[in-house]
Amino acid sequence: MSVQPASTEVASRTMAIIDEMKDMEGPLLPILHGVQHEFGCVPREALPVIASGLNLTRAEVYGVVSFYHDYRSEPAGRHVLKLCQAESCQSMGSDAVAAKLKQLLGIDFHETSADGAVTLEPVYCLGLCACSPAAMLDGKPVGRIDAERVEEIVAEVRA
Amino acid sequence: MIPRIFIPGDSGALALGAEKVAEAIQAELAERGVEAKIVRNGSRGAYFLEPMVEVAHDGGRIAYGPVRPSDVKSLFDSGFLSGGHHKRWLGDPDRIPFLASQTRLTFARCGVTDPLSLDSYRKHGGLRGLQNAIAMEPAAIVAQVTESGLRGRGGAGFPTGIKWKTVLDAQASRKYIVCNADEGDSGTFADRMIMEGDPFVLIEGMAIAGIATGATKGFIYIRSEYPHAVAAMDKAIAIARRSGVLGVNVLGSAHAFDMEVRVGAGAYVCGEETSLLDSLEGKRGQVRAKPPLPAHKGLFGKPTVINNVISLASVPIVMDRGAAFYKDFGMGRSRGTIPIQIAGNVRYPGLYEVAFGLTLGEIVDGIGGGTASGRPVKAVQVGGPLGAYFPRALFDTPFDYEAFAAKDGLIGHAGIVIFDDSADMLKQARFAMEFCAIESCGKCTPCRVGSVRGKETLDKLAKGVDPDRQIALVTDLCNTMKFGSLCALGGFTPYPVMSALRHFPEDFKPAPVAAAAE
Repeated sequence: MSVQPASTEVASRTMAIIDEMKDMEGPLLPILHGVQHEFGCVPREALPVIASGLNLTRAEVYGVVSFYHDYRSEPAGRHVLKLCQAESCQSMGSDAVAAKLKQLLGIDFHETSADGAVTLEPVYCLGLCACSPAAMLDGKPVGRIDAERVEEIVAEVRA
Repeated sequence: MIPRIFIPGDSGALALGAEKVAEAIQAELAERGVEAKIVRNGSRGAYFLEPMVEVAHDGGRIAYGPVRPSDVKSLFDSGFLSGGHHKRWLGDPDRIPFLASQTRLTFARCGVTDPLSLDSYRKHGGLRGLQNAIAMEPAAIVAQVTESGLRGRGGAGFPTGIKWKTVLDAQASRKYIVCNADEGDSGTFADRMIMEGDPFVLIEGMAIAGIATGATKGFIYIRSEYPHAVAAMDKAIAIARRSGVLGVNVLGSAHAFDMEVRVGAGAYVCGEETSLLDSLEGKRGQVRAKPPLPAHKGLFGKPTVINNVISLASVPIVMDRGAAFYKDFGMGRSRGTIPIQIAGNVRYPGLYEVAFGLTLGEIVDGIGGGTASGRPVKAVQVGGPLGAYFPRALFDTPFDYEAFAAKDGLIGHAGIVIFDDSADMLKQARFAMEFCAIESCGKCTPCRVGSVRGKETLDKLAKGVDPDRQIALVTDLCNTMKFGSLCALGGFTPYPVMSALRHFPEDFKPAPVAAAAE
């Protein structure tokens, strides 16, 4: 892994986040959230900076980053569509909704459309089980997704 | 008096269009030059009526729902600000049958009050439990919680008071209260609803836990899939701090207690208490072997109370009304009320808080009204992705920890997901294994490897390859996972798999045979 600490912009912005949070109890996850908020992902160049800032090994930091589904290695598309695939939504036809959205967007789960418009991700429960099938589009909840809602979602991410 | 309009800001209501309704009402108020105060309340939990808008006037409230943005003009035309009739008119919300038949103790204020108004919280009985606790010895608080019979609402059902006593008795320089708000089970949304709809009750419950055990610091670990709950709790904590509910002198007493929110990062297994603690410490969310118990060596090695949101949110009512009041509800060793979350393919989905003891059939057919699709109910999964699938034949099972265990099931966090007769139980069993494989923390072999092999074996079964052998293999594998896994993820994945196999054997026959049978 090639590293250019301090000199790079990633390093300095990461260090600012570390400085702000390092006195918290158990600061690593908040710092990683902060880094992802800053860059849209957790860039590889940030890992050694975090490791030295918290007196951890790079392997430890990498181990944590890779453990959690939320941390991205690349930034997502302009929109992020999280489609619930858990049991409650399954009982209301989330499989068919997923198939239709994949077809209309031309991408599979964990992929970003070629124009960078949208990233499609499966999620296992959004707590919207009383309005299944459900999704979250850019942090906004969407419930009772039917054919009409699918069209609306596609139109919104394409706009 | 200016009329008040309640439009839920609950994310379930938002998912059904509450924000557009709020915008339309705001626009209509401006256009007509009418003055009204808009309150973004939580949801009362009758999601089939959401977005449910309520108008308060002359001391009473009138509900309308489900309101669509296109209804707003005609609502104003019908004089809804003074309770006028309209096709969406529901009348007094407390008399809507789904709500009127509940026993709301933990959720008494949810959907009723302004979630971020401490005045409103006090007016509706808030902080009385904490006030009582402050006047008591810690051991007496613990005794009252123990006496109430309150058991862990996260799923394990461990008596809350006993957990607290262990922490109270532990000697340490620092102790913690950790709230497990990593509500990842499909079919559950009670934690989300209370955090969005009545965040102060959780703060109050945690402060009581702190005073009872000598802990001065609390963490609420909320899953990242709940951004609205995170925002509500952050705001409520800031208000509580400014108002002296939290801080160095809780409500002016000599007790110090403060708390903060921590956000998860998409790992289901962090709902398991020891992996949650590792995650809070900034590690991979891997399960710890027990002992030591978290009550002895928990967060950062210090004695830690770790309780579910609903357990902690039920403490204020116990401290306010007394142990006997709470204990009076329920059956057997399951005391008090339980917020049942009715979800999936169901006509009347929502949160239904009631004393333990209703039968599964009363919940699914009576309260839930059967399926949304109108087809027959085939299976009900109770307790999330690690809970068993129950057929209609078990609908006489009462909602009670022990009664469900006796039928090889669990009530878990009290979420129930209903499936109609189009469900393929082999597919559901396979999903249980697949989910376990995706979410396994990897620490123990039965879970990490067993889930993958289980999925492969069920795939072979679906293709009709040597079916008897695959069924024998899966059964043996489930036995290994159940008794050999470190935590409930690997240990309970056999529940959905084996219950599907036991109760719906026809779905586990190879495709050509199943086709012939239909």
